[in-house]
Amino acid sequence: MTEVSVAKDDVPVTGDLVVLKSVNKHFGALHVLQDIDLTITRGEVVVVIGPSGSGKSTLCRAINRLETIDSGDISIDGKPLPQEGKALARLRADVGMVFQSFNLFAHKTVLENVMLGQIKVRKADKKVAEEKARALLDRVGVATQADKYPAQLSGGQQQRVAIARALAMDPKVMLFDEPTSALDPEMINEVLEVMQQLAREGMTMIVVTHEMGFARSAANRVVFMADGRIVEEAVPDQFFSNPRSDRAKDFLSKILHH
Amino acid sequence: MPSPNRDQGGGTPRCPRTPPTPEAREIVFDFLSDYDDPSIWGAFWMTVKLTALSGVGSLVWGTLLAAMRVSPVPLMRGFGTAYVNIVRNIPLTVIIVFTSLGLADIFGMTMGASDFDVRGFRLAILGLVAYTAAFVCEAIRSGINTVPLGQAEAARAIGLSFSQTLGLVVLPQAFRSVIGPLANVLIALTKNTTVAAAIGVAEAALLMKEMIENEAQTLLIGAVFAFGFVVLTLPTGLVLGWLSKRLAVKR
Repeated sequence: MTEVSVAKDDVPVTGDLVVLKSVNKHFGALHVLQDIDLTITRGEVVVVIGPSGSGKSTLCRAINRLETIDSGDISIDGKPLPQEGKALARLRADVGMVFQSFNLFAHKTVLENVMLGQIKVRKADKKVAEEKARALLDRVGVATQADKYPAQLSGGQQQRVAIARALAMDPKVMLFDEPTSALDPEMINEVLEVMQQLAREGMTMIVVTHEMGFARSAANRVVFMADGRIVEEAVPDQFFSNPRSDRAKDFLSKILHH
Repeated sequence: MPSPNRDQGGGTPRCPRTPPTPEAREIVFDFLSDYDDPSIWGAFWMTVKLTALSGVGSLVWGTLLAAMRVSPVPLMRGFGTAYVNIVRNIPLTVIIVFTSLGLADIFGMTMGASDFDVRGFRLAILGLVAYTAAFVCEAIRSGINTVPLGQAEAARAIGLSFSQTLGLVVLPQAFRSVIGPLANVLIALTKNTTVAAAIGVAEAALLMKEMIENEAQTLLIGAVFAFGFVVLTLPTGLVLGWLSKRLAVKR
């Protein structure tokens, strides 16, 4: 799978976009995030992998404060994550999020799903919002489904609409929380292709996934987490062919050999 | 006051001891036409007005209460919880009588009405809204619980504020899932308007009481008013039941 490697090395690095500094979080007695330090630069695609319960999803959700943290600092584009309120809502609009379970607004059509944030948050004109929504739906390949309700779409289609909904806000960074884990196998590729395309276009992305193929081909960097810690960070080729830590070797041996 | 309205000397009775059947029917049903302040139609129209206005009012107030009960502000949550638990546990009669004897007579709250009837009408609506909203709130809150958490998370993730998330994403879905329970509340409200008779609002139950005092056909009068309420509430349940199926959110 290494052959499909995308040339991303020429993306200009213009500074740190997402910075996490000694972030800690507990769920009761469970220490899910332990002293996490992570910096993501503009245009970078970081794939977070690791065994279940290692804190990858929590890390992803903490970045737009869907999960609060107990200590440490998270800043996005130089601004520290604000407390709940208007400032946080404004920041979340700049951070696109794609969920494992799609979470499309069930009572709205596909088109309305992609228009809602533009109109209510960005205060865009309805016509402009609709044009942009249709263009985005076309880009992710579901333009013909615009007037259907989410429940009428396949999982893969729903997830692509969810990506379009996030893109409609012109986010600075996109968070993907296991975007293909709830999909039937034959639908995984159509979602991954959209994500590959986004990566090629230079979108800053943080992707929590179990898709090693995607990690190899699209990532600039792989972050391996286990038991709430970042155990290893490396470029994909190095990580997959020559992992340094035992924990990573163990993990890779389990997933790559059957 | 109604008077027995027997048609005297109409036609030539073949047998003076047993009056002919048309007249007998008139005697039995004369209570239907003998009352005109209000008439039976007027009284039921008052019931409909009380129901409609209180229904709208309690839907609005109940929704606000539900929003308070799920809000992130502890003070609002506390107020919502306290309101619901106090108000829904007080008998409606006590609340309605309090609006008249307490709010109006002691605190001089006349609801902008100089006329006694208008004042009573508005006070009754105030009491009915205050009471019914507690039940509306709980119905809507149970509806909010049927909306998956991911819906609110997705709304917040695109930058919607708390009130936008609630108003644009959560409540529209919550309402659709509780149309059935809200129909129950509306039917209960329709029947609860009869309590307004306690403060002299000229609605159906007050007229029924007056008729029963004046007329002999107690059972018949009861049946007529019972029928009147069924005519009002049965379509409510059927229409809202149909709506709840039609508007159900598919997941």
